[in-house]
Amino acid sequence: MYVAVKGGEAAILATHELVAEARRGDPAIPEISVAQIREQQALACARVMNEGSLYDSDLAALALKQSQGDVIEAAFLMRAYRTTLPRFGSSVPLDTATMSIRRRVSATYKDLPGGQVLGPTYDYTHRLFDFALMDSENVRVGLDPTISGREARPSTTHPSSGDARIKPEHHAAPLDAHMPRVPDILGAEGLMEAEEAPEGDPRPFDLTRDPVSFPADRDVRLQAMARGDEGFLLGLGYSVQRGFGGSHPFVGEVRVGEVAVELVPEELGFAVDLGDLTLTECQMVNQFQGSKDIAPQFTRGYGLVFGHAERKAMSMSLVDRALKARDFGEAADYPAQQDEFVLYHSDNVEAAGFVEHLKLPHYVDFQGELELIRRIRRERDERLAGEQDSKEPDAMPEAAE
Amino acid sequence: MTIETAIAAGFRDPVLQSQTAFRTLLAALSEPGIVHSIADAIAAPEGLHQASAIALLTLADYETPIWLPQPLRDGPTGAWLRFHCGSTLVDDPARAAFAVLDAAAPEPKLSAFHPGTDQFPDRSTTLVLQCAALAGGEALVLSGPGIPETRSIGPLGLRDGLVAELQDNAALYPLGVDLVLTHGDRLLGLPRSTRIGEAR
Amino acid sequence: MTMHQMPAGDTKPAYNYAYLDEQTKRMIRRALLKAVAVPGYQVPFGSREMPLARGWGTGGIQVTAAIIGPADTLKVIDQGADDTTNAVSIRKFFERTADARTTEATEEATIIQTRHRIPEAPLKAGQVMVYQVPMPEPLRRLEPREAETRKMHAWAEYGLMQVKLYEDIARYGEITKTYDYPVMVNGRYVMAPSPIPKFDNPKMHMSPALQLFGAGREKRIYALPPHTSVKSLDFEDHPFRIQSWTEPCGLCGASDSYLDEVVIDDRGGRMFVCSDSHHCETRREAGHRGTMLGDATASGFVDLSPSTVIPGDRREARDPFRNPTEQGSGMDPGSAVGSARDDGADMQTGVKS
Repeated sequence: MYVAVKGGEAAILATHELVAEARRGDPAIPEISVAQIREQQALACARVMNEGSLYDSDLAALALKQSQGDVIEAAFLMRAYRTTLPRFGSSVPLDTATMSIRRRVSATYKDLPGGQVLGPTYDYTHRLFDFALMDSENVRVGLDPTISGREARPSTTHPSSGDARIKPEHHAAPLDAHMPRVPDILGAEGLMEAEEAPEGDPRPFDLTRDPVSFPADRDVRLQAMARGDEGFLLGLGYSVQRGFGGSHPFVGEVRVGEVAVELVPEELGFAVDLGDLTLTECQMVNQFQGSKDIAPQFTRGYGLVFGHAERKAMSMSLVDRALKARDFGEAADYPAQQDEFVLYHSDNVEAAGFVEHLKLPHYVDFQGELELIRRIRRERDERLAGEQDSKEPDAMPEAAE
Repeated sequence: MTIETAIAAGFRDPVLQSQTAFRTLLAALSEPGIVHSIADAIAAPEGLHQASAIALLTLADYETPIWLPQPLRDGPTGAWLRFHCGSTLVDDPARAAFAVLDAAAPEPKLSAFHPGTDQFPDRSTTLVLQCAALAGGEALVLSGPGIPETRSIGPLGLRDGLVAELQDNAALYPLGVDLVLTHGDRLLGLPRSTRIGEAR
Repeated sequence: MTMHQMPAGDTKPAYNYAYLDEQTKRMIRRALLKAVAVPGYQVPFGSREMPLARGWGTGGIQVTAAIIGPADTLKVIDQGADDTTNAVSIRKFFERTADARTTEATEEATIIQTRHRIPEAPLKAGQVMVYQVPMPEPLRRLEPREAETRKMHAWAEYGLMQVKLYEDIARYGEITKTYDYPVMVNGRYVMAPSPIPKFDNPKMHMSPALQLFGAGREKRIYALPPHTSVKSLDFEDHPFRIQSWTEPCGLCGASDSYLDEVVIDDRGGRMFVCSDSHHCETRREAGHRGTMLGDATASGFVDLSPSTVIPGDRREARDPFRNPTEQGSGMDPGSAVGSARDDGADMQTGVKS
């Protein structure tokens, strides 16, 4: 029995209703607010801002809420919105040297001007569940993160109640105002590869406006990685460390904090402060490189991302260095060293779209394949039957008409 | 700022007028040699034919450098294009994405413009060639994509040697410049893919 | 830097006509003009992020958005059918953003956006076909690097493609590419016709319609002007052939159309029906009858048994999800038919086997 019916539209509408229902979950549980996501899922918001290429934590939180926490779907929402926004101009280049530091660690020097600032990090936590977070509100994690403040006071208590768990020790001393970037310290000694703007300091390429061609310049590569998939870059960065790229880096510095964004409107001619961005910057110091003309110096891998996103910034800086292979005359044998491979495949919104499009109907093409495979098999059977009959062992080793 | 009083208006309805004009241009370059008219009149600046003005208004912007002959560049046309399209006016024809050329003027040659590169033939200049008329001139017989068999055109007032230049341009295929011939509110397309013969 | 204000109260953003901003349209339009000037050559363009997923037709959508105007009538098909989910979604997009007049009738359309098919009815002068293209590079399977394939096109070095096709012949006795079958355009560029079945390739050759191709994710646009030579690659001793079926369409009896195979039971039962749904309907309205077209149409009742398989996307038309509380009974014949009717779904035909 066969029936041809129409109504794809009604079915599509029904999926919208169903996903709204699924998103809400059990209506007996209070609905999560965008502000809650923004404040309490800030690292997820940072990832959505990075991969969505748009710095807006409210929208990132909304995207996460709307997508049920699906980060790639959330990044997709951000991008589809971003593309419709007007462009007012380009900001003055950010100066991360003036960052108002929240966290800053260097693996290359034991101590340095400004010191090591551990700041908020999971690095030293034991990954033991804090079951107190499960069922009580207003739990704050204390100095020993594995012992949470089960007896924490309700929210009516002012946070500055003198509870050490609320006000960790390192807040006691104000941070140094001067926090030089580690590669700059090396650079002053001439040991670090200098990063110079291309001639005329042109506005960087924007791959969301113009098509990329290869080999891709560094501005394109950095932009692609900054908005690239964290997991993909993490895997590539790891591959470089394991030998598929042969780089031996040190973390010169990872810094997290706020940086001012300034714009020079043409009609004013001077810089106007637009506000602060929270950024994570990583600079990797890599094995030195030299030639007959240039004295050996360390080379740099650079990562800069929105929000607190150390893993992403570090991965990016590993792959950035790997992608410089061509510039340094190194062989580009491995995936992380090949700009076309990295740039085309790091975009998770594109990748997800193409992978998932396979669930769209393909039955026209599949019918073509069916017709072909049936015919080839039929012809093969006929041929084999013919060979049997003729008892000719050498007949037609290869297929023919 | 007196610029608004000095410069003629552009499209009244940029979204729909440019859409209509684009479809005409698309049809013209898809089927070379067919004369189209753009009925939707605008107040073109002095020196620019209606069809030329509409084509540029539709296609040019701050991303597309334009080359103009000196008189147009120094006159209202230059200011008009800068104002409405935000385009940079360039001295070097080879840097132009678009150019306006008087068909009777001896210079510059078509070969002065960008023919594209073998890997990126799309990076070539598109020329708006302003003619004395699109019919009545010596017959040229066109063939190639967009043309079933052949099609004849007779643009009037072409400088000596221009037909040979057009033939040389077509011989560069897939490189070469693409042309839109204009007169008044009429235009026809002559892309590089069109082979040009002279009627016997 | 972008600035953003939370929409105050009114959460409906004001989008430009046909969604894209005018600067983007100009950029795409310039690419389209270069594309028609060099038929078959892939023009790189600044493909935008679209509110639909990459791989779901963003290239075709951008091309359509750059050309469509109030004078146009749009038809959108996927797999040849107007009612597949992707086609419905894209048609809706243009109804919403461009207030587009839409149609299912091939001959009424001025723009036909398609995924995987060319309609059976011959295209006419003045019509524009817009193809959704997943992989615009016909050489990609042979050479993954864009930097290399670009050179191969630049120098018209297509030997690798010939070798690949000949390897097929050596191994299987024929070229085994059944869709997205490469073509030579205007004697110069090898072009991917998008994943249309090779059955449709001959329709591209010297077509009176303008054919535009948009690959959004891969950021390429290319074109075939009307009356352009489009030759499917082949060899003298192995000429290009298209698919054929041993039986005609079960519904309209057409023997010259591309057919979809429909599995009608789990005992090997099959029937073949036109992939071009409008073509099939038009033929039935003209009185053509296939052998599987029973009397169900006349009665208006279709007996849907639980084992009934409804082809492809059309299964959603049963819409058992419409009323989630009845989801469990979605396979119940009565409720399935009932809910389809309640939705105003157009029950076209039915057959009893």
